[in-house]
Amino acid sequence: MPNPTDLRAKEEAHWAKTSRLMFTHLAVWFFFGFVIHMFVKPLNNIIIPILGFPLGFYMAAQGSLIVFVVMLFMFAKQQDKIDREFGFAEED
Amino acid sequence: MATTSSGSGSDFLSNLGKIYGFYTGGFLAFVILLAVLEQVGVPNKILGYFFVFFTLAVYAIIGILSRTAQVSEYYVAGRSVPAFYNGMATGADWMSAASFVGMAGTLFLLGYDGLAWVLGWTGGFVLVSILIGPYLRKFGAYTVPDFLAFRYGGNLARGLGVVVLVACSFTYVTAQIYGTGLIASRFLGMQFELAVFAGLVGILVCSMLGGMRAVTWTQVAQYIVLIIAYLTPIVILSTKNYGIPIPELTYGQAIADITAREQQMLATGLTTAATLKPHIQPFINYTPLNFFAIIMCMMVGTASLPHILMRYFTTPSVREARQSVGWSLLFIFLLYFSAPAYAAFSKLEVYTNIIGRDLSAIRPWLFSWGELGLIQICGKNAASIDAVIAACKAIADHPGVVRLQDFVINTDVIVLSTPEIAGLPYVISGLVAAGGLAAALSTADGLLLAIANALSHDVYYKMIDPTAPTARRLIVARVLLLIVAVVAAATAATKPGDILAMVGWAFSLAMAGNFPALVMGVWWKRATATGAICGIIAGFGLCLFYLVTTRYFPGAGVKYFGMTSLLNPATGAPLVDIAKVMALPNAMESFPTLAHPLANKVGWFNLTNIACGLLGAPLGFAVIYIVSKLGREPSAEMQAYVDDIRKPRGRTVLEEKTT
Repeated sequence: MPNPTDLRAKEEAHWAKTSRLMFTHLAVWFFFGFVIHMFVKPLNNIIIPILGFPLGFYMAAQGSLIVFVVMLFMFAKQQDKIDREFGFAEED
Repeated sequence: MATTSSGSGSDFLSNLGKIYGFYTGGFLAFVILLAVLEQVGVPNKILGYFFVFFTLAVYAIIGILSRTAQVSEYYVAGRSVPAFYNGMATGADWMSAASFVGMAGTLFLLGYDGLAWVLGWTGGFVLVSILIGPYLRKFGAYTVPDFLAFRYGGNLARGLGVVVLVACSFTYVTAQIYGTGLIASRFLGMQFELAVFAGLVGILVCSMLGGMRAVTWTQVAQYIVLIIAYLTPIVILSTKNYGIPIPELTYGQAIADITAREQQMLATGLTTAATLKPHIQPFINYTPLNFFAIIMCMMVGTASLPHILMRYFTTPSVREARQSVGWSLLFIFLLYFSAPAYAAFSKLEVYTNIIGRDLSAIRPWLFSWGELGLIQICGKNAASIDAVIAACKAIADHPGVVRLQDFVINTDVIVLSTPEIAGLPYVISGLVAAGGLAAALSTADGLLLAIANALSHDVYYKMIDPTAPTARRLIVARVLLLIVAVVAAATAATKPGDILAMVGWAFSLAMAGNFPALVMGVWWKRATATGAICGIIAGFGLCLFYLVTTRYFPGAGVKYFGMTSLLNPATGAPLVDIAKVMALPNAMESFPTLAHPLANKVGWFNLTNIACGLLGAPLGFAVIYIVSKLGREPSAEMQAYVDDIRKPRGRTVLEEKTT
C-alpha cells in the first residue's frame, strides 16, 4: 500500500497529465470547430482535385467532422494510457 | 468488433453481434419482400402500412422482452451495454426527426450557412468525452440532477437540475412526437391528431416496461433501420448519376454544377441577384457572429443535454464510456456527412429540371408534394400541371417558364422526395418513412425517459419519499412516464407554432443551465454549493429571459431592456424599423404570433435568440467562480470525492456513499 502522501502526489501528477491532454484536445476542437471556418472565403478558392469540392465548404461539411471522430478514438486511447501509467485504470 | 462486455455473462449480451446481425438481415429481407409485393401490384398504401406496423411491432417486441423489475436495470440498463452498441443507441437517441427529415432541407435552403448545424451537432461529442461524460459514469449517477445534488450539497441543486432538465427536454420531446405524427400522416394518410397518438403508443411500448434497458435495445434496432433508410436512396442516386456508390464523394461535382448553373440562371434572367443565395457562399443567411454562435451553442448544448449524458451511464466501465463516445459520433457522422449530399443532389435536380423549364414540362414527382401544400409554384400549391399554369398566368409578365422566385419548397420534402427524384420504386419511399419514424421514436424514447426518471428518481424518491420500496419506485416511474408522454402528445397535437425553433432553444437552455455547473463540478474542486446554485440560476435565468423576451415580449424588450433590431446578414440593414414599429398599436403585445413585426427580430448585440446560451453560460461560469471564491472551500471529504471521480479505478462514488 502506498502511503497517503505518495497517493496524493500520484493523484496530482495524474490530474496534471489529464488536464494537459484535455487542453490539447480542446485546442484542436476549437481550431476545427471554429478557427478554420473563419477562413472559409480564402479556402473556397482552393478546389480539391478530382472531387471538385471548394476546400472551405468541404471542411465544414466533412473535414472537421472526420477530425472529431478520429480525435475521440485517439482521446480514449491516450487517456487510458495515462490512467494505466498511474495505476488508476480499471481492470480489464 | 467491440462486442466483449466485461463481467456480464448473460446469453443476450454475449450474442449481441449475432442477434443484431440476424435482425439486420431480417430487415433487409423484409424490404426485398415488399419490393416483390410492389412488383406484383400491391398498392402503395398497403406497403406503407406494412413498413410502419412491422417496424413498430419489432420495437414493441424488443421493449416487452426487455422488461425489468430491477432499479438499476430500469435506470441505467444494469451498466452492461458494450461501447459499440451504446454508440449505436446514442446515435439513434441523438438523431431526431429534425436531423433525419429536416437537416438536408435546411442545407438545401441555407447552403453553406446550414453547415453550422452539421458542425454544431457533431463537435459537441468531443466535449462530452473530454470534459463530462466519463466522469459522470465514474460518479455512478442514475440521472444528471443526481450528480448536481451530490456535488452541490443537496436538494436545492437537485431541484434546479430537474427544472433545467424538464425545460430543455419537454419542448424537445414535443417536437419529436409532432414529427412522428407528421411522418405517419404523410405516408399513411392518417389524420394528424390520430397519428400523434399512434406514435405515442409506439413510444410507450418501447420504454414503459423496461426503462433504460428496453430503450437501449430498441434504439440499437432503430439506429439500424434509420441508417439503412437514410443511405439507400442517396447511394442509388449517386450510382445512377455518377457511377460511384459513395454520394459523400460525388456530390462535389454536383456542387460545381450548381455553382455553374447559378451563374447561368442569373445570366438568362431566371433569377435575380437579390433572390439567389449561392450555395457555397458563406454568411448570407447568418452573420458570422450568429453562424459561430449557433455552432458553439449546439456543441456545448450537446454536452449538457441530460438524455445524451445519461446514455454514458450505461457502459460497463469508464474506459468503455470514452470509447462509446467515439462510436456514437462515428454512427452519427454517417448520417450527417451524407445530409449535404442530399441537399446538393436535390438542388441540382430543382435547378436543372424545374427552374427554367417550360411550365408544361415540369417533372411529375413534385405534384404529389404540391398536393400536400409542400411545394408551391407561382404562389399556389403545385398540385397539377393545370394548377401551375393557371397560377403563373395570374402573374403579370410571367415568362412561361419557372423562375427561381416562383418556386417555394418545404424543407421536409428534400429527403422524402429523393427516392422519387431518383425514379426509385415506392418501396424505397416506404423505407425512408420507416427510417424517419425510427429517428423520431428513438429520440422521443430517450427524452421521455430522461424526464420521467428525473421526476421519479430525483423528485419522488430523493425529495419526497426516500424510504419508498423498489416496487413502488418502479410503479411511480412508469406512471410518470405515461403522464409525461400523454401531456407531450397532447401539446404536439395542438401544432404549436414555435415547435421547430424549440429544438434549438433546448440546446441553449441546457448549455446555460447545466454546462458550467457540470464542468466546474469535475474540473474545479473549489466550486462550492452556493456558487453552483447561484451560477445555475443566473445563467439559466439570463438565457430564458432573453428567449422569452425576444420571442414573447419583444416590445417590452425594446422599451425597457435596450434591445435593437437584428440585422439582415446579407445587407447589414436592420430587419425592422424599430421607431416605426414601436409606434404601431400592437407593438407592446405579449405572446404575439410569429407574424408580429418584432417577434424573434430584436435582441442584444445582433445575437439570434437560438444562441442565448452564449449569454447564459459565460455568466454561469463567472458567477460560480466569484461566489465560490467568496465562500469557504468545500469540505476535505467532498474534495476527496472529486478526486475519486477523476480516477476510473475503484467503485462508483455514489454507491460508496449510500452503502
